[in-house]
Amino acid sequence: MVDASSSAHGDLILKNLTKTFGEFVAVDDLDLVIPEGSFFALLGPSGCGKTTTLRMVAGLEEPTSGTIFIGKSEITYEKPYKRPVNTVFQNYALFPHLSIYENIAFGLRRRGVKDVDDQVQKALDLVELTHLASRKPNQLSGGQQQRIALARAIVNRPALLLLDEPLGALDLKLRRAMQIELKWIQTEVGITFVHVTHDQEEAMTMADTIAVMNEGKIEQMGSPADLYDNPQTSFVANFLGQSNLIKGSIVDSSGESAVVDVFGTKIGLPVLRNHAHDSSVLVGIRPEKIRIAPAGTQMNGNILEGGVISDASYIGVSTQYQVEMPWGQELMVFEQNDDGTPPLSKGDSVVLSWSPIFTFGLAGDQDVNAGSEAHPESE
Amino acid sequence: MSTALLHTGTHENQTSLAKKKLLPYWLLAPGIIWLTIFFLVPIYQLISTSTQTQGYGIGTYVQTYRFANFMDAITSSKAQLFRSFEYAFLATCFALIISYPLAYAVAFKSGRWKNTLLVLIVAPFFCSFLLRTVAWEQILGEQGFVIKTLRFLHIMGAQGHLTATPFAVVAGLTYNFLPFMTLPLYASLERIDIRMMEASGDLYANALTTFRRVTVPLSMPGVVAGTLLTFIPAAGDYINAELLGNPGTKMIGNVIEARYLAIVDYPGAAALSLILMVTILILVMAYVKRAGTDELV
Repeated sequence: MVDASSSAHGDLILKNLTKTFGEFVAVDDLDLVIPEGSFFALLGPSGCGKTTTLRMVAGLEEPTSGTIFIGKSEITYEKPYKRPVNTVFQNYALFPHLSIYENIAFGLRRRGVKDVDDQVQKALDLVELTHLASRKPNQLSGGQQQRIALARAIVNRPALLLLDEPLGALDLKLRRAMQIELKWIQTEVGITFVHVTHDQEEAMTMADTIAVMNEGKIEQMGSPADLYDNPQTSFVANFLGQSNLIKGSIVDSSGESAVVDVFGTKIGLPVLRNHAHDSSVLVGIRPEKIRIAPAGTQMNGNILEGGVISDASYIGVSTQYQVEMPWGQELMVFEQNDDGTPPLSKGDSVVLSWSPIFTFGLAGDQDVNAGSEAHPESE
Repeated sequence: MSTALLHTGTHENQTSLAKKKLLPYWLLAPGIIWLTIFFLVPIYQLISTSTQTQGYGIGTYVQTYRFANFMDAITSSKAQLFRSFEYAFLATCFALIISYPLAYAVAFKSGRWKNTLLVLIVAPFFCSFLLRTVAWEQILGEQGFVIKTLRFLHIMGAQGHLTATPFAVVAGLTYNFLPFMTLPLYASLERIDIRMMEASGDLYANALTTFRRVTVPLSMPGVVAGTLLTFIPAAGDYINAELLGNPGTKMIGNVIEARYLAIVDYPGAAALSLILMVTILILVMAYVKRAGTDELV
């Protein structure tokens, strides 16, 4: 039978991968290289094609066109049971008729591995559930089932471990704990993890590299910090955290910092952080990067005047403001409550400022709200 | 005034509480009355009759607590009793072999034809059990196409026949109880989460191993329900043996029927009925215990 531990190893390479269901294009000409040993997250709203991509890698769905390689060996049309790939299914799919021990031993027995007992014990130790070996899955809590599903996959030492919304069914507190644990286990075993999720926080906590997917394509790929600080499309800017995107036009791009005219005010935008194709630009700034002060206060950096607070909500660590600008747009500002001054209130006239290095520029022809409807927090 | 109101209020609460406590019994009453009249009383009569002996005149029996009736019944009808379980067992096995692929196909492979196929499986119930068995007599009979085809192909000689054979009886039993096997099997297969099969494939099991290790164990509740629903009525059946068999294929149902209606030996018939009931009960209990399906979700 298949010996996953000695067969294909290396990067996961997807080339021109396409999957259509009738008229609907689920995955659209996808090119992707996932380096061996990395923790990779495919992040996107439901229906973006991330789960279909995962199922094609697992062999549960056949690509319409394109190829899948692990290292040098092609697995595009390989039967699922012949691939060195294991999956942690959404809702775990543990076998209800088998004990926890037999669930974990299932893959080992199919491959005719000799020291089943030893390996199952090690896998149980890894997820710290050794005492539950003789139970049936339905006697376990959600979090325990999740860990058994992980142990059942990891025990086979696959070249690639696929995780399909693995923490989706857990409550918030348990999810946080499992995020840290999953990351630790990945580091411990060194297997390539490909993690599919719609939860941006989950992806950012665990993954080394995140690919943001939208409508069957990858919008942007990079480290969590890279994606958050320097998004290249309005979809990424809105789907990963929140952003203020203001329409403007570039009036001078000769220096290291371009000058952008936004409704009559000149602000600076580092040229390296500008992704617009022409002078039409969406100037982006994250809400927590903005400083807010009563009108008339002396400020440095990029300054926008004439704002009026339309809503202020105090949430302990910070105060979140909605500021209505003279051109009618509402901007979000998150202000840390760390300087002892009382929060500003609704109706106050304010001035906003931020350091130009935090500014990013997006192509001006995009939908300002792209990705914000699909935001997981609004679900 | 307010205390008075309060008082009546509590009183009303107490009466409604008492009514609530009685409610389950009221709901159970129709069932209990029905079972008492049509199950408990007849069972008592059956048990009582089984130990009676011949009184003065045909058909009159008096209670003498003659437990030897049971030994007499077993001794005289051992062959038919044994044959009943043998035929019922064979019919159950054939029904399972035919039904499993059928139920599997309907549950997983039928697509938009699922409902049509389910109606077709239940379709035989639109016609009476007796009529269908008579029809089988015609199908297997001298003028039926089965015999003609077999003779044409020289599989069967000119003297060969299908009716009045053990084959016909077992085939009739299999046919008549097939839906009782197929439906629970279908229900149980249909409930299996498709991701169980995907997970099995993901864990290096090929299609055959997945079927053996995952599909079959998860469909066990259906197998147990289906085999019981087939075996129990088949063991007590006498229509198939009567219409499709010969004197050498008589089952225990035929013996009981004859003792009641032809020989008018009520105690013997009652004793045999009880023996049949108890035997089936013991077999079923042992089977369910061994199958151990209660742990399955």
